[in-house]
Amino acid sequence: MQKFTRLDGLVAPLDRANVDTDAIIPKQFLKSIKRTGFGPNLFDAWRYLDHGEPGMDNARRPINPDFFLNQARYKGTEIFLARKNFGCGSSREHAPWALIDYGFRCVIAPSFADIFFGNCYKNGLLPVVLAEAEVDALFYDCASFPGFRLVVDLEQQSVSTTDGSRRYRFEVDPFRKHSLLNGLDEIALTLQHADEIRAFEAARREQFPWLFR
Amino acid sequence: MAQTLYDKLWNSHVVHVDADGTALLYVDRHLVHEVTSPQAYDGLKLAGRKPWRAGSVVATADHNTPTTGWEQGIDGIRDPIARLQVETLDKNMREFGAKVYFPFLDRRQGIVHVIGPENGATLPGMTVVCGDSHTSTHGAFGCLAHGIGTSEVEHVLATQCLITKKMKNMRVLVEGPLARGVTAKDVALAIIGRIGTAGGTGCAIEFAGSAIRSLSMEGRMTLCNMAIEAGARAGMVAVDETTSQYLRGRPFSPAGPEWDQAVAYWSMLRSDPDAKFEREVTLEARAIKPQVTWGTSPEMVVPVDETVPDPDNEKDAVKREGIERALVYMGLKPRTRISDIRLDKVFIGSCTNSRIEDLRSAAAVVKGRRVARNVRLAMVVPGSGLVKAQAEQEGLDRIFIDAGFEWREPGCSMCLAMNADRLEPGERCASTSNRNFEGRQGDGGRTHLVSPAMAAAAAIAGHFVDVRSGF
Ligand code: SF4
Repeated sequence: MQKFTRLDGLVAPLDRANVDTDAIIPKQFLKSIKRTGFGPNLFDAWRYLDHGEPGMDNARRPINPDFFLNQARYKGTEIFLARKNFGCGSSREHAPWALIDYGFRCVIAPSFADIFFGNCYKNGLLPVVLAEAEVDALFYDCASFPGFRLVVDLEQQSVSTTDGSRRYRFEVDPFRKHSLLNGLDEIALTLQHADEIRAFEAARREQFPWLFR
Repeated sequence: MAQTLYDKLWNSHVVHVDADGTALLYVDRHLVHEVTSPQAYDGLKLAGRKPWRAGSVVATADHNTPTTGWEQGIDGIRDPIARLQVETLDKNMREFGAKVYFPFLDRRQGIVHVIGPENGATLPGMTVVCGDSHTSTHGAFGCLAHGIGTSEVEHVLATQCLITKKMKNMRVLVEGPLARGVTAKDVALAIIGRIGTAGGTGCAIEFAGSAIRSLSMEGRMTLCNMAIEAGARAGMVAVDETTSQYLRGRPFSPAGPEWDQAVAYWSMLRSDPDAKFEREVTLEARAIKPQVTWGTSPEMVVPVDETVPDPDNEKDAVKREGIERALVYMGLKPRTRISDIRLDKVFIGSCTNSRIEDLRSAAAVVKGRRVARNVRLAMVVPGSGLVKAQAEQEGLDRIFIDAGFEWREPGCSMCLAMNADRLEPGERCASTSNRNFEGRQGDGGRTHLVSPAMAAAAAIAGHFVDVRSGF
């Protein structure tokens, strides 16, 4: 999993509450055999004017010019600014996969749906909860200043404006913080016990050789 | 201290435990199929990892493979997405390796929970996992076997371990002789009818008692297969003579001096006489009759000689609503006699009931008779290529075909309707599979779960009928 330490990134705002995972990545794209490649279909129904299906050439589809991600000013964005209860609905892990594949590294919102919140950590996408008023202020900044950026520092647990004039603190579970800072996914954490696994396996092979034929 | 079978299996696989009880459990056998593995392999590739022990992997394509048109080869898979999943499994097997892979069209291909045991790739004392909830099937061999999700599939591939916590011990005792015409499927449904679909939640269930000991391995697999429908992630049966007899001489079973060593170890895979179970339920085998589900959950089940329940007799408001909703979906009126329910289709197959013994018991009922006129489609889908070949050698295929059944290629088929085999809206089916949820066998399809003999009898009669009556 990719590490998350400090990120200085362009912010893209989606001013809508209760955005569900079916909106983030519609169900027809779940038949895929990959965790990658969902980026072009992130918010498919809102982002394009036609109906999307897997296998279409997305570059040739008519785009919705009003949708925020289609605006030139948000090109190269890495920080997603959202309203409350972001990621509600189905448990599909494809939602964080799609956000990451698009290029997002962090989502800031006043609240998240539970499963989505956990799925973000599993995949190295940092979900940051800030107070409603703080998120409001950030939406205002985005609207007022094209090219508005934020600095997200996981070690310090802070979100600040690039000039340092404003700084908000956020909470994060110590275990998850440790995993993200070090780029450790569950597999990497288990592999810290690799020697124990190897020793266990060797003893088992000795005792029950037929299990290893 | 006295230990249960589950305690023994658990203790012999713990690599590491944290203070909160979260354990790393070593995995001996990892079964893989095309639907839940692609993202796991993709994840490995992205992270630059290799499987920890590819030799633990036994793989096959079963969930969305077609049951007809095999002569067309891979082109016989019409759905391009299903085909891509099958081809992706081929590719991943080439790239990452396995102990053995039975691809689509291979003569040993079949349902993942059928091919493991029949090849001796499932052995007593193992931990067995698969990205499929019916992995509980393998517990019939005195294994600790449970289903896992795609992220866990990747975790097991990369580390050979599962992160998990210990479950509770539960025992279901079935004592006495089973009545003639009553099978393991009826026992499984009767247990679920008694304890409910949440009855085993958080537990590993050991099935024990004289009725269980008298079951064949096929029967024990049917029973453990349904443990998940009783809410338990794992079901198991202690090892005995029947177990080792079944395994002797299978392709991956131990041989030579290792066989004796293995059998000596297997004999310890049983609960100690004074072991403690947190929950215990006892059923009297003699009282179990052939079962038929009437609703949209496996616990909605009654004996064949009874009637569909009347919601008005249910005092609990939530349950009453559940019954009412199920009756609407199933298109049934309260107090209808089960034997008055007429059928459109009959499906004999799935990892619950597609083994040779199941086909023999259905064929015995069908022999010399014809499928009723109102039954539009009656099909038999053997669990694997080997089961199919064995059945053909015994002439069972002729019996089915002569009676008007379709004799298909192996796979999951109409158990979950991921391929072309499915119910049309409103169609009613007698099925030997394990789930009667809304839409499971096709949108709007109505499923009644029964044993293979009961499904066969229903096909002949055109409606449910007590197989013991000779009808
Ligand atoms: S036969 Fe049905 S229950 Fe069994 S593995 Fe296939 S889909 Fe799952």
